[in-house]
Amino acid sequence: MSPQAETVTVTIDGIELAVPAGTLVIRAAEQVGVTIPRFCDHPLLDPVAACRQCLVEIEGMRKPMTACSTVVTDGMDVRTHLTSETAAVAQRAQLEFLLINHPLDCPQCDKGGECPLQDQALAHGPANSRFVDQKRSYVKPVAISPLIALDRERCVLCARCTRFAQQISGDPFIELFERGALEQVAIYEDDPYHSYFSGNIVQICPVGALTASTYRFRSRPFDLRSTSGVCNHCSAGCNLRVDTRRGHIQRQLAGENMAVNEMWNCDKGRFGFAWVDHEQRLRAPHTRGSWQRLHPTSWREALTDAGEGLGRVLEETGPQGVGVLSGGRLTDEDAYAVSRLARDGLGTDNVDFRLWPRTEEEGEVLAAVAGTRGPSYDDVEHADVVVVAGLDPREEVPILHLRLRKAWRNRRQRIVAVGPALGSLAEVAWRWVATPAGDEARTLAALAGDAATGELAADVADALTGAGKVVVLAGERLARSPGALRAAARLATATGADFAWVPRRAGARGAVDAGLMPGVLPGGRRLDEPGAVARQWHRVPTEPGADARGILANAAAGGIRALLLVGVDPVRDFEDPRLAHAALAAAETVIAVDLMHTASTRYADVLLPAAAPQERVGSFTTWEGRRQPFPQAVPPQRLEQQDWDIAAQLARAVGGDFGWETAMDVRGEAAAVMDRDATTREAIAALAPADVALGQPAVAPPESGELDAVTVDHLLSTRSTLLAGADDLLATAPTPRAVMAPGDAQQLGLTAGQDVTVTGPGGALTLPLAVSERVVAGSVVLPGNATDAPVGTLADPNDPTARLRVRLSKPAAELEESA
Amino acid sequence: MSEPTAYTEELMAKADELVGRYPHPRSALLPLLHLVQYADGYITDAGVALCADRLGLTKAEVAAVATFYSMYKREPLGRHLVSVCTNFSCQVRGAGEVYQRLSAKLGVGHNETTADGALTLEHAECLGNCEGAPVVTVDYLNYECQTPESAEALVDQLLAGERPAPTRGMPPEGMRAVSHRLAGLGPPDVEGVAGDVGRACSQARADDGALPPVESGPGTVWVPVEPTFAVDREAQRAQARQAVREAGADPDEVEASAGASAREFPTTPPDWEPTVTPRPAGDASAHRQGDDAEREGDDAEPDGDAGGDAGPDGDGADPDGDDAEREGEGADPEGGGADPKEHDDG
Amino acid sequence: MAEPLSVLTSRFDMAEGHTLEGYVATGGYASLDVAFGQAPTDLVQQVKDAGLRGRGGAGFPTGVKWGFTPRDSGKPVYLAVNADEGEPGTFKDRELMERDPHQLLEGIVVACYMLESRRAFIFLRGEYVWPGMRLEQAIAEAYEHGYLGKDIAGSGVDVDVTLHYAAGAYICGEETAMLDALEGRRGQPRLRPPFPAVAGLYGMPTQVNNVETIMNVGHIVQHGIDWYRSMGTDKSPGPKVFCVSGEVARPGNYEWPMGTPAREIVDRSCGGMLAGRELKFWAPGGSSTPLLTADHADTPMDFDSIAAAGSLLGTAAMMMYSDHTSVVEAVLNWTRFYEHESCGKCTPCREGFFWLSQVYERLLDGRGRPADLALLDEQGDNILGRAFCALGDGGVSPITSSLTHFRDEYEHLVAHGRLPDGLEAHAGVVTDNSGHSRPDQLVGSP
Repeated sequence: MSPQAETVTVTIDGIELAVPAGTLVIRAAEQVGVTIPRFCDHPLLDPVAACRQCLVEIEGMRKPMTACSTVVTDGMDVRTHLTSETAAVAQRAQLEFLLINHPLDCPQCDKGGECPLQDQALAHGPANSRFVDQKRSYVKPVAISPLIALDRERCVLCARCTRFAQQISGDPFIELFERGALEQVAIYEDDPYHSYFSGNIVQICPVGALTASTYRFRSRPFDLRSTSGVCNHCSAGCNLRVDTRRGHIQRQLAGENMAVNEMWNCDKGRFGFAWVDHEQRLRAPHTRGSWQRLHPTSWREALTDAGEGLGRVLEETGPQGVGVLSGGRLTDEDAYAVSRLARDGLGTDNVDFRLWPRTEEEGEVLAAVAGTRGPSYDDVEHADVVVVAGLDPREEVPILHLRLRKAWRNRRQRIVAVGPALGSLAEVAWRWVATPAGDEARTLAALAGDAATGELAADVADALTGAGKVVVLAGERLARSPGALRAAARLATATGADFAWVPRRAGARGAVDAGLMPGVLPGGRRLDEPGAVARQWHRVPTEPGADARGILANAAAGGIRALLLVGVDPVRDFEDPRLAHAALAAAETVIAVDLMHTASTRYADVLLPAAAPQERVGSFTTWEGRRQPFPQAVPPQRLEQQDWDIAAQLARAVGGDFGWETAMDVRGEAAAVMDRDATTREAIAALAPADVALGQPAVAPPESGELDAVTVDHLLSTRSTLLAGADDLLATAPTPRAVMAPGDAQQLGLTAGQDVTVTGPGGALTLPLAVSERVVAGSVVLPGNATDAPVGTLADPNDPTARLRVRLSKPAAELEESA
Repeated sequence: MSEPTAYTEELMAKADELVGRYPHPRSALLPLLHLVQYADGYITDAGVALCADRLGLTKAEVAAVATFYSMYKREPLGRHLVSVCTNFSCQVRGAGEVYQRLSAKLGVGHNETTADGALTLEHAECLGNCEGAPVVTVDYLNYECQTPESAEALVDQLLAGERPAPTRGMPPEGMRAVSHRLAGLGPPDVEGVAGDVGRACSQARADDGALPPVESGPGTVWVPVEPTFAVDREAQRAQARQAVREAGADPDEVEASAGASAREFPTTPPDWEPTVTPRPAGDASAHRQGDDAEREGDDAEPDGDAGGDAGPDGDGADPDGDDAEREGEGADPEGGGADPKEHDDG
Repeated sequence: MAEPLSVLTSRFDMAEGHTLEGYVATGGYASLDVAFGQAPTDLVQQVKDAGLRGRGGAGFPTGVKWGFTPRDSGKPVYLAVNADEGEPGTFKDRELMERDPHQLLEGIVVACYMLESRRAFIFLRGEYVWPGMRLEQAIAEAYEHGYLGKDIAGSGVDVDVTLHYAAGAYICGEETAMLDALEGRRGQPRLRPPFPAVAGLYGMPTQVNNVETIMNVGHIVQHGIDWYRSMGTDKSPGPKVFCVSGEVARPGNYEWPMGTPAREIVDRSCGGMLAGRELKFWAPGGSSTPLLTADHADTPMDFDSIAAAGSLLGTAAMMMYSDHTSVVEAVLNWTRFYEHESCGKCTPCREGFFWLSQVYERLLDGRGRPADLALLDEQGDNILGRAFCALGDGGVSPITSSLTHFRDEYEHLVAHGRLPDGLEAHAGVVTDNSGHSRPDQLVGSP
């Protein structure tokens, strides 16, 4: 409700209050502390008035009205169950009706102890039922997905779950089937409820009808200790409730934060916590030491070995012989600590957290964005036009997808997708400016008015200039396309729009703010203008260092002899896995800080165990630039430590001292230098426009038979370390596929569903093919992180930075058969 | 699930025509479902898929609608549908006797089809012909003022392949033809019906448009899937335990020791290879079985919580099923996998 | 003394009344010219002044309802004819459509002209195959001869009619449920507001009217307000088709002026009750209207008089039952009906009739309990006015009214475990309601 909305006065149980016109009675009552019982009502779902539990008496109405669907009018006099016998009787009656077919199996029901039906039956219900007849009985439970079980006998048919699927997430694979007393929630037999957001229906179910396989029979709510948390899986920053029992996470729920995730989260955030207790967790320091193979050891010995290894290299080659790589999982405090460790502790600017393919100008844009505050979720929701480029929100930042979908559903927001694939924006996009891979800069420049636009783009350009509020969302992937990220920023500046860089990982924005990139210090400062950083640190390197590729290449060539890996698995994650492999094998000292054993930790000389986010305090920064601190939910199980602490100890091991005792010390120091007093909009205005040759494509079009490979990371990947052990969740993951335009498929004689071999200069992958109008001709979309070998292995080993072009064919075996 | 039906282009064209009639395609859903009953004799999986595909809905959305309306049938209908109105104005004039007589004669109950596929019997709510009570309809065409005897005679004629004239309307053409009309497409081209409308219709006789039913089979399309982590798991576990017992070992012991190794680490094996075969489809479920075994442990001891708390680090005796997991952790540092440096450098 | 009418039913005895030729030869489609010469809003006023009240059951003044449709919204306006006749005891629309389908089309064209609508849907009950065939034929003829389609009778008026078969759900008689069904959804009632007149089919302004109501419109336009008001009562004017069923000698559709007492219709049109039987209880407007007794037989059959007598005129489906018949059995039959036809959306209707039909089964089986009567009383109150739509209220009507008028029969059943002497439940009370909700049918899926 906007503050200037008209207000009306309503009386509830004798208490008069003013509320904005359009407020529902049930919400108005909440404001005076009157909780009207309800089941079907949910503040974020459209009213349905089905359960009839919220009946209240309204002066002048001949029968009780449902508070959940009745809008207050000026002078309305409402009497709830607290003051009206009619309302109380009506509510009691509904409870009696709801309970006649309820199994009353609270002692074995997961919801027992936190069940609205149980609570209301206790508070308002009749103590005894007059029902002596036969109850409905159903086979139970029914698996509606690998994650969710349905017990129809407990269901009160409030339709919250089906309305969530229809209204919020837009994947109605669950529906109300049958009619009358047989009405029931169901899926179609062979079409399970696979949704990235399915866990929300368990949380909003007001009874124990929907339960999660990960929590069934695990615990009792009153045995749980709840801690608030912030999700570590992506940059959405969903608030969580982490429920633990005796030091172990039992479940995670969406926490309520109306400014961020409202009351939802995605399944990855909800169910992807099994890794915390996984047996592959690294729980003790390891060192190679004199044993010549990694073995568990004490922190003291591990740190001594690390200090010696680093010290030797520093002594022999100086700081340029050391490289520091980090990843996307670090908290803000960790990112700052690693940034300071590299520069102040080790004296090198060879530091980078970006292992993805990118172009040079990315660093400049990110340096501008660092430490600023961009548009918020609410800004996105209330924008008139949102341009989305290089980003598939549902796969990368799912809650942002829900916000966009909300704006589309409620306001028909004009969402403009720019890029070679429309992806999950298909449902909500107003326009898709289909752009060949690599050519995004030209399209964005044209939309900014820097060049003539085509017919479709003209339509969009008009909307951008004519609209009130515009937001440009640029995904992490956009930087793979020459000039595109800068062109997106320029588009925002030219149209007076808000701009946000939307990374995938939870720690990415914090890493940008902390300056985990060569040449960029915390708060986006440059090495030659360190400002406050110089006052805080003992030293700041003056010579710009190498980026991730440079560090690895240098290491492989012997120039960098010591590698520090903090929360990163280059062998898996770097765009060029072969180079990562070679670099790690060649480096004389590899120190890895990680949560688990990974493909890269096998190269470590010293391996230091990091605590999971739930095992420590910290903060994550959302793509908006919103820092959200979180407390510790469970203690580390053995010897794991916080990354910032490990960084500080490594600094001490090479003779430095940051003077930190607690995470608060780090946070306090970081805040002073990481945060800038500027909005993103102001910060990017100074960027030079993209250097785009507008008359011609930025990159040469693919040769005949070749396709541009567009890699999009899937939300759920069996390859993801942080999904280890979340088997039921992974069972809902969509099958990784190569997706191409129908015309291209036809030309190559390929059909949807068949396996195809994708051959690049460096290798080949085989995966099933999907055909979709949502991919631009000439491109093929590949799952970035979901195949056994990374897509990066397809790249040309001799020219790995070249744009990846692939050929698609039937698998060799099939070809032989047909021949 | 029934086998997929291939719909003819002619039928698809009819579907297109129905969709084109409405300002919004979804309005054609009820007509399309009637069309499916015309093509297949009841609401088949393929029919649901057709509607979903044609209207951009999920199959759940289609089935939600199909199960709401009583005229959409989940089993193959007989050649004719015989409905006896049993609402009270018919009841009071003897509808109950009529229904009972027909039920006994045909040997079928409500919504059941005679073994030869000739007739489906149902009792129906008020059919809107109370002036002719008790009323029986055949393919929704009305035969008024029935007695048990007249109804029996009517059914005899139908069984003999005759099409007696109702008191209103025309002789019943059979449910398939009526479904075509209900779809809003008028009388079906009987010649066209035979032969080319899907699996069921290929067996049709073309003489009177009254099509024989498809062979009886599992026709329901909206049966929710059975739980995989309750019933099946229990059965599997029982089976496994039996096998262990037969091998002369103690199943409890085996289960306890299996805890850690039963869980398999699903992330990349350290040695990725540039060329790769897709992950076998069975993988995930195999992991899930491992989980299941653990969850059994949890289930079996609902009171575990009440046991003594082993302290914050939980390293002590743990009365509930978490032991298995913790054992896995203990095994972990040594089990960190082969050392690549030794292989690569060595 | 009132006399039977032949307005809406004037072609019931004609062999060719359903054909265009027969229809036009007997004055059909004459109202179009009259209507097209006048402003739509003036015509709506005429309907208002004529006092036409909806014949689908609620009796809301049609002209007033039509006044709610915004004319300048820029959105298309739809007319949705409710031909989903399902109320037990009601069969007037069926016969009207069977015998005089053009009368409906004429009404539709005139109504669409008044509403400035170019598109009408006839939502026809699925089981009405024969009326549907008659309508299809009529629609085809009307298109062929320019009474439907573009530029009707050279007037520049366009009206298209789409016949839409439903698929068996009583609840679709509720207008918003009907709209959902017409949109291809489960026929469950919608929240109001917004009302269909403002946001109905596809969110567009939509008028939903009963078949008989629409059929009245042409006559009003053609013959005028005074003629129309010469029939019936001041507050319920016009002709009415009464569907009489049950234990009368000649059940059927009989057209009388509004306000004719039930006794007169039964005696003069139906040949009285069946031989040897006396009227015991009756529903004036279908099973959803509270039962009345023989004492009410002289009540004028109009909306207000029947309401004053404690019931509702509803569809004027007079279901007449005799002293040979158990009212409790009748109520069981209907309670099962409402259980079967409840859409399942709201708690009191879905759970209430599931429960109460079991109570009725027990009562008639001789397993009644003394507390059951109080339970029936109270649960009736707990459904009435608490359910989402009128189906709940309708289902409660026979229960509460029978308890009021025939409590002794219930008490006898509870006390003795059988019906009073002289009453016997009809054979074949169907107990294998497998489409209904009994646990043994519910375990597992079909």
